[in-house]
Amino acid sequence: MAASDAHKGDVSMRNAFGSVLAFLILLLIGVLAFSIRLFSVIKYESVIHEFDPYFNYRVTQFLTKNGIYDFWNWFDDRTWYPLGRVIGGTVYPGLTLTAGTLYWLLHSLNIPLSVETVCVFTAPIFSAFASWATYLLTKEVKGVGAGLTAAALLAMVPSYISRSVAGSYDNEAVAIFALIFTFYLYLKVCSWGGYTFIINLIPMHVLLCIVTGRYSSRLYIAYAPLVVLGTLLAALVPVVGFNAVMTSEHFASFLVFIIIHVVALVYYIKGILSPKMAVCCAMVAVLIALVASSPTKGWSGRSLSLLDPTYASKYIPIIASVSEHQPPTWPSYFMDINVLAFLIPAGIIACFSPLSDASSFVVLYIVLSVYFSGVMVRLMLVLAPAACILSGIALSQAFDVFTRSIKFQLPSLSDHSHIDAGDASSENVVLDDTIKTDKSEDTPKERTTKRSKKKEKEPVEKPPSKSQLKKRLSVLPFEASIVAVFLLVLLVAFYVVHCVWAAAEAYSAPSIVLTSHSNDGLHVASWWDYGYQTTAMANRTVIVDNNTWNNTHIATVGTAMSSPEKAAWEIFHSLDVKYVLVVFGGLVGYPSDDINKFLWMVRIGGGVFPHIKEPDYLRDGQYRIDSMATPTMLNCLMYKLSYYRFVETDGKAFDRVRRTEIGKKYFKLTHFEEVFTTHHWMVRIYKLKPPKNRIRGKSKKSKSKTSSTTTSKRKGTRRNPF
Amino acid sequence: MSKKLIVLFLGLIPLLCTCFSPDTPSDRRVLVLLDDFAIKSSHSIFFNNLKSRGFDLDFKLAHDPTISLQRYGQYLYDALILFSPTIERFGGSIDAAAILDFVDSGHDLIVAASSNASDLIREIATECGVDFDEDFSAMVIDHSGYAVSATEGDHTLIASDDFIKSDVILGREKIKAPVLFQGIGHSLNPSNSLVLKVLSASPSAYSANPNSKLTSPPSLTGTSISLVSVVQARNNARILISGSLSMFSNRFFQSDVQKAGSPTKHDKSGNEQFLTELSKWVFHERGHLKAVNVKHHKIGEVDEPALYRINDDLEYSVELYEWSGKDWEPYVANDVQVQFYMMSPYVLKTLSTDNKGYYFTSFKVPDVYGVFQFKVEYERLGYTSLSLSKQIPVRPFRHNEYERFIPAAYPYYGAAFSMMAGFFIFTAVHLYHK
Repeated sequence: MAASDAHKGDVSMRNAFGSVLAFLILLLIGVLAFSIRLFSVIKYESVIHEFDPYFNYRVTQFLTKNGIYDFWNWFDDRTWYPLGRVIGGTVYPGLTLTAGTLYWLLHSLNIPLSVETVCVFTAPIFSAFASWATYLLTKEVKGVGAGLTAAALLAMVPSYISRSVAGSYDNEAVAIFALIFTFYLYLKVCSWGGYTFIINLIPMHVLLCIVTGRYSSRLYIAYAPLVVLGTLLAALVPVVGFNAVMTSEHFASFLVFIIIHVVALVYYIKGILSPKMAVCCAMVAVLIALVASSPTKGWSGRSLSLLDPTYASKYIPIIASVSEHQPPTWPSYFMDINVLAFLIPAGIIACFSPLSDASSFVVLYIVLSVYFSGVMVRLMLVLAPAACILSGIALSQAFDVFTRSIKFQLPSLSDHSHIDAGDASSENVVLDDTIKTDKSEDTPKERTTKRSKKKEKEPVEKPPSKSQLKKRLSVLPFEASIVAVFLLVLLVAFYVVHCVWAAAEAYSAPSIVLTSHSNDGLHVASWWDYGYQTTAMANRTVIVDNNTWNNTHIATVGTAMSSPEKAAWEIFHSLDVKYVLVVFGGLVGYPSDDINKFLWMVRIGGGVFPHIKEPDYLRDGQYRIDSMATPTMLNCLMYKLSYYRFVETDGKAFDRVRRTEIGKKYFKLTHFEEVFTTHHWMVRIYKLKPPKNRIRGKSKKSKSKTSSTTTSKRKGTRRNPF
Repeated sequence: MSKKLIVLFLGLIPLLCTCFSPDTPSDRRVLVLLDDFAIKSSHSIFFNNLKSRGFDLDFKLAHDPTISLQRYGQYLYDALILFSPTIERFGGSIDAAAILDFVDSGHDLIVAASSNASDLIREIATECGVDFDEDFSAMVIDHSGYAVSATEGDHTLIASDDFIKSDVILGREKIKAPVLFQGIGHSLNPSNSLVLKVLSASPSAYSANPNSKLTSPPSLTGTSISLVSVVQARNNARILISGSLSMFSNRFFQSDVQKAGSPTKHDKSGNEQFLTELSKWVFHERGHLKAVNVKHHKIGEVDEPALYRINDDLEYSVELYEWSGKDWEPYVANDVQVQFYMMSPYVLKTLSTDNKGYYFTSFKVPDVYGVFQFKVEYERLGYTSLSLSKQIPVRPFRHNEYERFIPAAYPYYGAAFSMMAGFFIFTAVHLYHK
């Protein structure tokens, strides 16, 4: 399992057999990773779902049609009307370029796949790659067995599946592969640029290595070019640009860059003298002082909310409004990584025996990613590979121990002659003898044999004495081992069952509800969550979309939604909006509809336009839409557009999401006109009425019909004028 | 991207206006609804005047059960004249809503009320923004601005010369004589921007029942009383509302007029000139503008680009014409402005003209990218409103359109290259020179 170290005669044969087997297993893992993500394609059809992927798909389409230079300079006038958006400069191009390259590659091989197909299957393909990268990374840390286990775990971890099912064409799908592969390459002492997480994790690892006295020239060679080349490469991407040297997210890397040079200098000059940690301390103090003195200067809001989880909700409602940016709940941990959550601690322990550069890196990775995932649900995705790697290590180590115990006891029960030349053959032989005498007696002997073999295969295990002692002690009773193995298998089986269920059910329902029904509309306003789909599917110009680069513009839409009808009409009219789209889940019980998001609209709108005040929409601090709701709430546009004619459905206007009857049931729209409502009332589209053709005079309905002295002169015949 | 996003509201009306054909906006077929066929002869000068201008008048009794404004969804008439102030219910399928729909689809309307105007007529007027005096028996009385006549009356026959100052509505020629008016007054809401007071009463006028003693102060007094008003709806449909039917009559047309207190006695009242000119305006023989050939292109080019780059120089041109009743004549003005607009105007320029209807200007695209609009919002008193907008995206520089070598940056270039050269030399010396 752990390493196929065999006797010299069989070495080459075994190695060949082992590597072929490993290769086959890896191939199967790749197939598994690919095929487990195809549920949605099989159950529905090969389409792209969710919001962001639609945008990425649209970008990729443009790329494949117009080439890379046009893509680089693409100014999109369909979104963010009337501001427009420079797509080439505001999009991370990695995913698009990857899919584009894939597309061109296929077409140069005369495989005429459509762009859509390529996009749909990019994520599964890259999750196969990611599991292979996991294998490589874990192999660096703990050997082939752990690598294979971790790869298998990663191939079906629900957290990753959720972002990489076929059709979910998003950055994360490729990013995880890139992340793992970058770590691997970094550990392999040669690396290329990654992004924020990586560019902070790696310096921290370097710093850790320096502080723990693990500085070596290899570390320097790995790190210094990474910083320089990585920064240069990152600066070439338009969206990063000068941010690569301006924002303090990259500060850590440069600081460590300086430190490593100082340390290198100290090592070089002083030779044996202890490195001056005072220098480091001073540097750290300077860093802290810098960051503390300018709380928001360099750190972008999203990153700040990582450091201080309450930052976003306090200052930037737009970041906090995204459900992905909320702290996760405990069930979501279980849902996303399942049994891995329990295996991680074991994996960490396994990493400490023995601690190598590689395993310390993995430990650092898991610690950071656990913290980050606790801040944002979205970063659960970063946790997943780390969890897989550590669980893989833990499982493989556990299996190692148990199978060794079993193997060690099996021959002793049957016969001595059968010297199993399995994975742990040497240990078996040695232990076979020692079991009769004292256990601690022959440790040196075993150590030497072990060491001689380990040297060629696993350079990571440097201080072996402790681990050997542990291995010796970890020989367990036969029955216990059998039961433990059985339980472990059961555990893994449960994990597999859970993963398949999650892949099939939870994450594979394409939430395609929006279809192009906005007639011949010119500009469509909706909350920004639906912007991408409206543009990509219906080919309409939208006011705001999921790329939240202009807070004011979104706030304008938020203000319109939370204003009374007339004010909202004026805002929309000034933006040339012709149609307004709302998503309403009250009839079918779709919980993430616009009414539930409405408070965020109020907050975002209120952040820019102070006349929108959140307390106006809350009754005693509670958000409610029933008869207790505030008049402001009941008169705002979002309420009206969502519940217009709702009472006609069941006569009571019972909202199934909020589980209450709505507060105001009968009202008319004066400035908006309903043009379309889907069958389940999920999507409602309204049209802005044009200004009135005539302005009415004072209405005088109470006319007294007293003095009507009509003298009807009805005579004469009808005839035409000459 | 380069798909046509250019949206052109040529026109005037984003509504269902089918009435003004772009070639001949004047009305041709006019339905006249009368209380009584006697009006046809008693008001024949006005009608004959219309006929002589080429209108096809169709006289019907207002309660005729066969009348209808539209057939198979098509309007049968281009304009409607309601000379039936006392009608309570129209015959056929016509009611107030039908008439208002007729207006809302871009057709013109002349409404004449009288002292015994019915609720129906009042309702139509109210819907158009004109409020007749609520007192049904009230008439406009003016004890100082009345028309001197042979029989001493109750001063309800008013001679008014307080016209709106607009050459478009009343024609270039001055109305020679005061206009005779006998009927009910109405008031307008000052905030209503669509309705115009064409003929207003003098400051001494008031609205009350002439036959009874005045017990309470009259609700309408002075110049706030409007005698004749016009409305130009947002779809450019035009409406004339008068409180007096008799002012259209032959008797008033031909009568001599002397305003009380004025020494001059005119042989002929101003009614004919006033109402002829006004009807020309109402029936779109005057003051109807059209814009054609909205063009823009980069300076030095001819074709219209799909989008501009920031800091491009461009030319914008448009041709404006006014309908004269027979053909389109160049519209000449010096106050037509174009906006280059994205949420707010970034460029606002007055267009130069060659006095032949061709308006043009050139300007530099601002250093802001986004989806801009060329906007011409031309709204002048009496003219149909002209609202042109043409959308055009403005893109930022391409990656290779920036200046490659900036003079100010030469020290930095020098530093970078000298550093590279120095490093190279240093390396060579360090490696190969012992």
